[in-house]
Formats: sequence, structure tokens, C-alpha cells
Amino acid sequence: MTALLNNRYAIVAALAVVIAILPFTFPSSYYLRVASLVWVSAFASIGLNVLMGKAGQVSLGHAAFFGIGAYSTAIGPAHLGLPSWASLVIGACVSGLLAYLVGRPILRLKGHYLAIATLGFGVLVALVITTESRWTGGPDGMPVAKLTVFGWRIGTAYAWYWLSGAFLLLGAWIALNLDDTPTGRALLALHDSEVAARVVGIDVAGLKLRAFVIAAVYASIAGSLLAMMNGFVNPDLAGFQHSVELVTMVVLGGLGSIVGSIVGAAVLVVLPQALTVFQEYENLMLGFIIIVAMVFMRDGIVPMASKLIASAR
Amino acid sequence: MSEFLQLFFSGLTVGAVYALVALGFTLIYNASDVVNFAQGEFVMLGGMVTVFASAAGIPLPVAALIAVSVAVAVGLLLYWLAIAPARGASAVSIIIITIGASILLKGAAQIAFDKQFHRLPAFSGDAPIDVLGASIQSQSFWVLGGTATAVLILYVFLEKTLVGKAVLATSASRLAARLVGINTATIMALAFGGSAAIGAIAGILVTPITLTSYDVGTMMALKGFAAAMLGGMGNPLGAVVGGLLLGLLETLGAGYVSSTYKDGFAFVMILVILFAMPQGLLGRRTVDRV
Repeated sequence: MTALLNNRYAIVAALAVVIAILPFTFPSSYYLRVASLVWVSAFASIGLNVLMGKAGQVSLGHAAFFGIGAYSTAIGPAHLGLPSWASLVIGACVSGLLAYLVGRPILRLKGHYLAIATLGFGVLVALVITTESRWTGGPDGMPVAKLTVFGWRIGTAYAWYWLSGAFLLLGAWIALNLDDTPTGRALLALHDSEVAARVVGIDVAGLKLRAFVIAAVYASIAGSLLAMMNGFVNPDLAGFQHSVELVTMVVLGGLGSIVGSIVGAAVLVVLPQALTVFQEYENLMLGFIIIVAMVFMRDGIVPMASKLIASAR
Repeated sequence: MSEFLQLFFSGLTVGAVYALVALGFTLIYNASDVVNFAQGEFVMLGGMVTVFASAAGIPLPVAALIAVSVAVAVGLLLYWLAIAPARGASAVSIIIITIGASILLKGAAQIAFDKQFHRLPAFSGDAPIDVLGASIQSQSFWVLGGTATAVLILYVFLEKTLVGKAVLATSASRLAARLVGINTATIMALAFGGSAAIGAIAGILVTPITLTSYDVGTMMALKGFAAAMLGGMGNPLGAVVGGLLLGLLETLGAGYVSSTYKDGFAFVMILVILFAMPQGLLGRRTVDRV
């Protein structure tokens, strides 16, 4: 089992099987929607895990890139007459470029200072989205045109399930392969010891920046997908609360573990849906569960589980 | 000139509240290295409990006292039930725990109280006071005076009492503090309790001006955190300076530049300052140990 968790072919194959089988166990299309939400959130959280788990840098404002991706697919077709898929690509480019520009000065900061700088950046982006209502519809948000690919209009819950699942597979595959590239190995060195990494000649600043840009592009694409799937965007997508949710998915699932990111996303997407039965007690329960989970599984669910399995052997 | 004074005073008032929240951050951070994102919930509790206690017919000073006690109890519970058991977890994990606590407290408040906005009457009437042509709300003086008193008490406590010195010793080095016989667990609990009291006082003082509801905590925590970082994390003087500066920046920015981007000025300034001075205004330079 632990060996399986370390083999990237096995992980992607298992993921593909899960994605393929899951719909047959669903009693209604509501479950398809929730599962699609999990795939999209997992996609964003895998990207953030490259930054947090591999490069060891925290971002408390990552929903900003998610928001940029979401709003690009909303604004592109509505105001600029662009096709949705092109807006997704443009959004990803804008996010990557923005991450490149702000990443240089921000990533020089360390620890809590990095946290507050990324948080500040996130708040600013959310503020711009909320305020520039001529483009974004302001606090109420705006509708998003449906995605059309080669004349196919992607609108049903099934279509979105398969599309988001395919994106997740691709995103997981790329992130898993990163480990075996020079960038991946350098990231590992950076994570273990920044000083040692610098001593062996790794361009630490450039490397952190690369991880930041990768994470931003992942988040942006996830944002675009969610926007088109929901057919609607609002500024909460870029807000602080959402940034916290993304970070929690990564940490709860397990820093550095791609499978962990998917598990973390699943927990954090399904939990609020399940907790709606508690109605007004929903926030109380959510906070309680987050605290308990982090206190008792501080290394994250997946590393914890594989440790348990290894010790049971 | 009177317009500037007007903005200046209201900025100072808001800044004083941020300073108190930042001071709460600093106290906990120094004693335990925890960045407590639930700090804003103490502000919310201070305001909400006072509102509901005084609505139940309890005189305001007693209601305020009850509110502070409730916040202190919550602060101690937060430490004992959530922070202490997570000893040794990574900084990000502990941040997430405190955010979880913040969501939990918000959830508890919306059940225990309600989702409406509430206000308290100003402590000494609603008549504004005229200062050099600017009319200042009388409550502003309560906020400024209350903040100054809280800072002074905290200073005397830390510098002049044995327990206060134990807090300082713990923040300088937890291991060394334990070696000289300081019970660092008690000190950390004390820091959480004290920090909760400071937050609650901020909430009580500001509620007559800004209103309160179950969800005012998040923005307060963000601003307080920003103020603490602006001054340099872990420096109490820095927290006060950072808070006042943040309040002034925000109010002057809203008054002269753009009120829709009011919340933005603070964060733009923080980014600029951190880029120029990565340790904050009054922070110590840290040296990496290899």
C-alpha cells in the first residue's frame, strides 16, 4: 500500500479507476456535481501543494488566482467576445504573469511575513474584483457563458464530471512527474534545507518563483473550470475564506502528498455539503472538525494513514 | 485643516482598536510562537456579550466585566483544548487550528446570539466634542484612553511584576525559562487569557462607533495581524505603532483618495513596507542558523 502511494503510475491508474467507477454508484446527479466540485478543488490544491509541500512556502492569498481564472472566463465571453476556452488560457497566462511579478518581492519574505504578504495580495485582488463592478458585476457577481468546444456545448452534470475528472488526472500526472525533473529535485532540496540547497548551487529565489507560478496557473485553471461549471461567479471565490480552505485542503490531506491534496479537497468539499443537515450548527461543526482533525492528524490524513499501514505490517 | 483633524482623529480611533488587537497577537506570539487568527473573535465576543448582557438589564460596567470574563474563559479553553494538545505541530497547522477555532466561535455566536448588527450607546452621551474645528465623537476619547490604559497596564505588568518577567523570559527562550523554574505552560495559558481580555476590551470600546455582529472578527483579525506585522512581529511597541499607523492610513486614504478601496490601502502599505523592510518597521533582524 505504501509502495503504491509512492508509484506515480499506480496513483494515476487508481485515480482514473475511481473517477470512472464513481458515477455508477451515484443515486442522483447531485452527487455528480459534488464530485465535480471535488475534482476542481483537488486540481487547485495539487497546484498549491507544489508551492507549500514541495517548495515549503505558504500562500494565504491563493484564492486570488482562483478568482482571476474564474473571472477571466466570465469577463472574456461577456465583455470581449472571446470563446470560453481561450478565456481560460488567457486567465492562466494572466495569473502566471501576475504570480511572476509579485512573486519576486513577496517570496523574499519568510514565515509569517510571507503569510501576511500573500494574504494582503489576496485581499487586494478580491477588493478589486468586488469594486470594479462595471467589469465584474461587483459584490453580486455575474453569470458565466457555457463552455462550447468544437460546437459541443458542455452543460450537463455528466459532461462536467468527465471534463473535471480529466483535468484532475492531467494535473495530478504533471505534478507527480515534477518529482523526477531537475526542478522537482531542486524543490526537494529546497524543502529540506534552503541554505544547503543554495550551497549546492540551486537558484533558490528562481525556484520558489517557479513553484509560485505553477501553483498560480493551477489555481487559475481550477477557477475557470468552476466558473464555467457553475455558470456564475462571485467575489467570494477570490476571498480570504477560500484561500484558507485551499490551504486547509493541502495541509489536512498531507503536505507534499498529491493523493493527500485530493483527499483533503474531498473532505473540505463534501463536509460542508454533509453538514448542511445541521443547518445553523454548520459553522460550529466545521470549525470543530477542522480543529480535531489538525490536532490528531497533524501530518495530514494520507501520510498518517500510510504510517499506520506501515506500522501494522 | 479641520477636515484633516477630523480624519486624523477618526483614524487614530480605529488605529487604537487595531493596536489592541495587534497587542493581543503579540502577547500570544511572544509566549508561544502561535499566530492566533481567532484573535478577532475575542473582539466580537467583547462587543456581543456586552450588548446582550446590557439588553438583559445588566448595567453597562457589569456587562462589560462579564464580557471580558467570557472572552478570557474562551481564550483559556482555546489554549487548553486546541493549542496545547497540538504542541510540536507545524506553524501552518497551528494557524489552521486557530482559523478553525475562529469558524467555531463565529458559529457558536450566531447560535447563542443572532445574525443582526448591534450597537451600544456611547459611554458618555452622543454629543460630539469640538477640537480645533473638528467635531470628535466622545466615544473616541474612551477608545483612545482605554487603549492607553491597557498598554500602560500591560507595560507595568511585563516590566514590574515577577509573573510579567516570567512571560518575557518565556518569550526570550522557552527552554531557558523552564530551566530557571518557570512553568511555561501556565505562562502560555496566561498569555491566551490576557490576550483575550485585551481583545474583548477593544470590542467593548469600539462597538458604540462601529456596531458589532457575529462575523466582525475575521476582518479585525486580518487588520490586527497586519498591524502586528507592520510594526514587526513580537514587538509590543511595534504593535501599537503599527495599529495606529494602519488606522491613520486607512482613514486618510478613504478620505482623500478613494473610500471604496478603504480596506486596500492598509494592505498596499504593508506590501510596500515589507518589500523595503522584510522584518517590519521595528522588527529585529533575524539571522539564519545553519
